[in-house]
Amino acid sequence: MNQFRRTFLKGASASGAIAAAIAAGLLKPGQVLAAEWNKAAFTATKLEDALKAVNGTNAAESKQIIVKAPDIAENGAVVPVEVISNIPNTEAIDIVIETNVNPLTASYQLENGAVGYISTRVKMAKSSKVRAIVKAGGKTYTAAKEVKVTIGGCGG
Amino acid sequence: MAEPMKIRATMEGDVADIKVLMNHIMETGLRKDPKTGKLIPAHFIQQVLATLNGKTVLDSQWSQAISKNPFLGFKVKGAKVGDKVTVSWADNMGEKNSIETAIK
Repeated sequence: MNQFRRTFLKGASASGAIAAAIAAGLLKPGQVLAAEWNKAAFTATKLEDALKAVNGTNAAESKQIIVKAPDIAENGAVVPVEVISNIPNTEAIDIVIETNVNPLTASYQLENGAVGYISTRVKMAKSSKVRAIVKAGGKTYTAAKEVKVTIGGCGG
Repeated sequence: MAEPMKIRATMEGDVADIKVLMNHIMETGLRKDPKTGKLIPAHFIQQVLATLNGKTVLDSQWSQAISKNPFLGFKVKGAKVGDKVTVSWADNMGEKNSIETAIK
């Protein structure tokens, strides 16, 4: 089991095997997802590495995902972000802030009836696209919203 | 000792709307202490787990970029009034906390 988790965290190359194992009923998704903190993904400093770590590199742009965030954030320390995914069977939502030191901000696995909806508050170092990556039915989708951060909180 | 959390769970049609507030410093590890000039060590929530009647509904992992005193909102379909919702977190220093409520 632990070995399986490790393999799972190593990402894309292993995901096929995991999917097969789930399909074969060897693993319940819940067991796989109760994983250790994904250090490699969260400490990635380059956007491309962070996207790769959550399998979001080739995600298709989708209008069914809504990223709600302010156009201008006066205080980068508290930026409210809502992600709504209208894609059926949304299994996971990842939030990536493209220009942050560690772009991957949060990963949410939705199970047992949880709806494709997450509301949170994030820190932003500077103006950036806030990107949501949604996994549904074995595919990845994405949408983003530009948020301007005004330093000093003068209201820009 | 971790500070108390707040939770509110209400039904909106057939979907439960759950809102949670956690008390946590969410220190990034990138800030310097103005007096000593040394970096303040990172201290942030890494994992948050939510269950409905004991079944996992939301399994999340966070970075230090979640704001101080984090807010989390999520929705669960098929829940009903009286169902038990539990939300627990664990941070990178081994601290943890949890709260339970019944859906109203």
